[in-house]
Amino acid sequence: MSETHASAVSYMRDTMLPPSPPPAGETGAIRWLRENLFPSWLNAVLTVLSLLVVYWVLSHILPWFVNGIWVAGSLSECREIRDATLGPDASAACFAVITDRWRQLLFGFYPSELYWRPALALVLFLSAVAPILFNRLPRKMLWFTAVAPFAMLWLLWGGAIWGALSVAAGFVIGYAAFVLIGRPLGTLAGALAAIIAPVVWWIFAASAAAGMMQSLVPISIQEVGSKDFGGFMLSFIIGISGIILSLPLGVLLALGRQSDLLIINKTSVAFIEIIRGVPLIVWLITASLLLNYFLPPNANLDLLLRVIIMVTLFASAYMAEVIRGGLAAVPRGQYEAADALGLDYWKSMRLIILPQAMKISIPGIVNTFIGLFKDTTLVVFIGLFDPIGLASAIRASTDWNGIYWELFIFVGLLFFVCCFSMSRYSIYLERKLQTGHK
Amino acid sequence: MSDVSDPPKEPFRLSQLIYDTRYRSMTIQVVALALIVALFSWLVSNTVTNLSALGKDFNFDFLGQRANYDINQMLIEYSNESTHGRAALVGILNTLLVAFLGCALATVIGVTAGVLRLSKNWVVARLMTIYVEGFRNVPLLIWILVVFAVMTEATPQPRDFRPGGSASMLLGDTVAITNRGIFVPMPVWGAGSAALVAVFILSLIGMFVFRRMAHKKQEATGQILPVFWVSLTLFFVPTVLAYFVLGRPVTLDYPELGGFNFKGGLQIRNSLTALWIALSLYTGAFIAEVVRSGIMSVSKGQTEAAFALGLRPNRTMRLVILPQALRVIIPPLISQYLNLTKNSSLAIAVGYMDVRATLGGITINQTGRELEGILLMAAFYLALSLAISGVMNIYNTSIKLKER
Repeated sequence: MSETHASAVSYMRDTMLPPSPPPAGETGAIRWLRENLFPSWLNAVLTVLSLLVVYWVLSHILPWFVNGIWVAGSLSECREIRDATLGPDASAACFAVITDRWRQLLFGFYPSELYWRPALALVLFLSAVAPILFNRLPRKMLWFTAVAPFAMLWLLWGGAIWGALSVAAGFVIGYAAFVLIGRPLGTLAGALAAIIAPVVWWIFAASAAAGMMQSLVPISIQEVGSKDFGGFMLSFIIGISGIILSLPLGVLLALGRQSDLLIINKTSVAFIEIIRGVPLIVWLITASLLLNYFLPPNANLDLLLRVIIMVTLFASAYMAEVIRGGLAAVPRGQYEAADALGLDYWKSMRLIILPQAMKISIPGIVNTFIGLFKDTTLVVFIGLFDPIGLASAIRASTDWNGIYWELFIFVGLLFFVCCFSMSRYSIYLERKLQTGHK
Repeated sequence: MSDVSDPPKEPFRLSQLIYDTRYRSMTIQVVALALIVALFSWLVSNTVTNLSALGKDFNFDFLGQRANYDINQMLIEYSNESTHGRAALVGILNTLLVAFLGCALATVIGVTAGVLRLSKNWVVARLMTIYVEGFRNVPLLIWILVVFAVMTEATPQPRDFRPGGSASMLLGDTVAITNRGIFVPMPVWGAGSAALVAVFILSLIGMFVFRRMAHKKQEATGQILPVFWVSLTLFFVPTVLAYFVLGRPVTLDYPELGGFNFKGGLQIRNSLTALWIALSLYTGAFIAEVVRSGIMSVSKGQTEAAFALGLRPNRTMRLVILPQALRVIIPPLISQYLNLTKNSSLAIAVGYMDVRATLGGITINQTGRELEGILLMAAFYLALSLAISGVMNIYNTSIKLKER
């Protein structure tokens, strides 16, 4: 049988055929186009429509952007340059306003010979947050992080170094009180002392001590008042202090809202709901018009300080809600396990619950930060010169009267860069902390 | 014999207030309460001292006084002879108007962008990503100012609409977009229009009743009635018939160019339009993310299971995917509505007269009643927010998974 079979088959291939390339329509660019741009008629129409929109927008904006004039002293000079080089009807941006006024947009009315101080403060800030953001950096850098806020305070406002140091001394006093009173009398008494002692120090002794030290060892740099602060510097100061101060306050409020203690619970709920129910702009008006009513007659708080207080309270209410979500998402068993280990409330929160809750709420926390940073633009309504206020001021000057888009683009782009990098960082952090199986 | 006696009672010691967990929570609460009361009485006493030093008192009489200022956009009768209270009411209605319009448009934009961002179409998905990231990462105030600048700088002046001018009206000469606002036809409610409205409302009720009936019938017998076509007929036919039977009670007043500006019709000011569009685009970007995450939260197995059961794609969407996605989408969607409502207080940037501009702006400046004015304004916003979040809580409990 096998022989007949062998003779019946006249030819049999003994090697494999080489694999032939896929059809032309299924490879490379054509396949990509077919799958991603023209999979169906509806999609083809959508693609063409959106390409048309993109073309229309770019054809209007690109020439305007490319023809941009970067060096001129005023808008009319810009127009003269455009008429001379491109013809009277050409569309050309006048970016000269930015090259002319960028210092003002960044620093407000801060004395120009002292620009190095806010710049150095920014560098300090960035190197202080670096060890918090990236845990590959040496942990010793955290000491620098603890010192940096006071150095920044001193650099920005100037004056005697003892002012910043006396503020810092309050924290040292608080810690000392916590250790000295907490050891013999228990954590609760220690915590109370750690709150009361620094407040007493700041209200009654700090300025006197600073004055005395200044008369003994005068170390000071030129003082700059808050009214000279402006531009992105102002946005950064309000935004960063709000971010730093609102996070711990938000954690406390969230814990208060979860608490079984009736009074603490109800107070936290009322605070959070009232703050969240009213727009920030109303709180800012309150800060500028009403806060002086609520404080003792002789206390004259700086407007910038009042705004920072209000923004912090506002952001902490939102932060509390975000963290409450995280706390609620921690499984019940974790709380019970912490109790079973015999940990007290603060230890179980610090070691077991909060690390997990914070990890869950990272996206929300960063979103709150971004919202807070964007909301700093609202201070323009109570007379502070944030970038938008300065843009209007520049537009009101005779040189640059009638310029809109260039300023909006500059301000918007800077905000975009800051907020977008924050949101990218939150995605990076989420990935890094992802411990579950995917 | 088995004599059970109570454990020996320890005498109460003062240190138990701190060390004994039975009493410690009481101690903490009493201390907290004392601190809160002390803080409040300190604030109140400061306020009383400061007010008396300024020679001011605390009362709301100013609401009944003559306002003496004009409001350019209003939904109810108002003139500068009306009271401050009425001015506040005009502002409140303006806030509600822009909030309502904004929520509606933002939902449309957000749902479209969110769905398109999930599209397999590369160009469309990228464009939507640019839209969402661009609006989410730049302050709303800048967007409001940009849209307002576009509305006032890039639109023609009314005089360009003259014969031979560079601009022309849209939609068969009924709508004019100018730098002074958008002019649209205004309905004039003649005699008998009340009956027309009544017919329209009745047909809406009829539509609703029919849908309920059809649903019940389907539950009971499995028979499916043509709900869509009947609803469509009910929506249009009775009202249109009544319109002609009643002798066309509602007519339209068209805007016409007269002199330097348009006359007649309804003028929608640029401040309202700019605020509306900017709020909707900004909130729409956030809603797009909400919708996208909602749709992505429904696992692919649900679609496959529905197909395996033989459901067609549109029914799969309506009966399987959407109910599950909406459970995730609606709570954050409502909080976006809340944000939009609160953000509408930025109206001041373009001069739209909302409650912040009337009660919290001009009235405060004219009467010097900061405390009362800001309290009232805060109370209004707070009530609005609590009402919206109350609705959200009701919804949340109604859709909560019924676990057994």
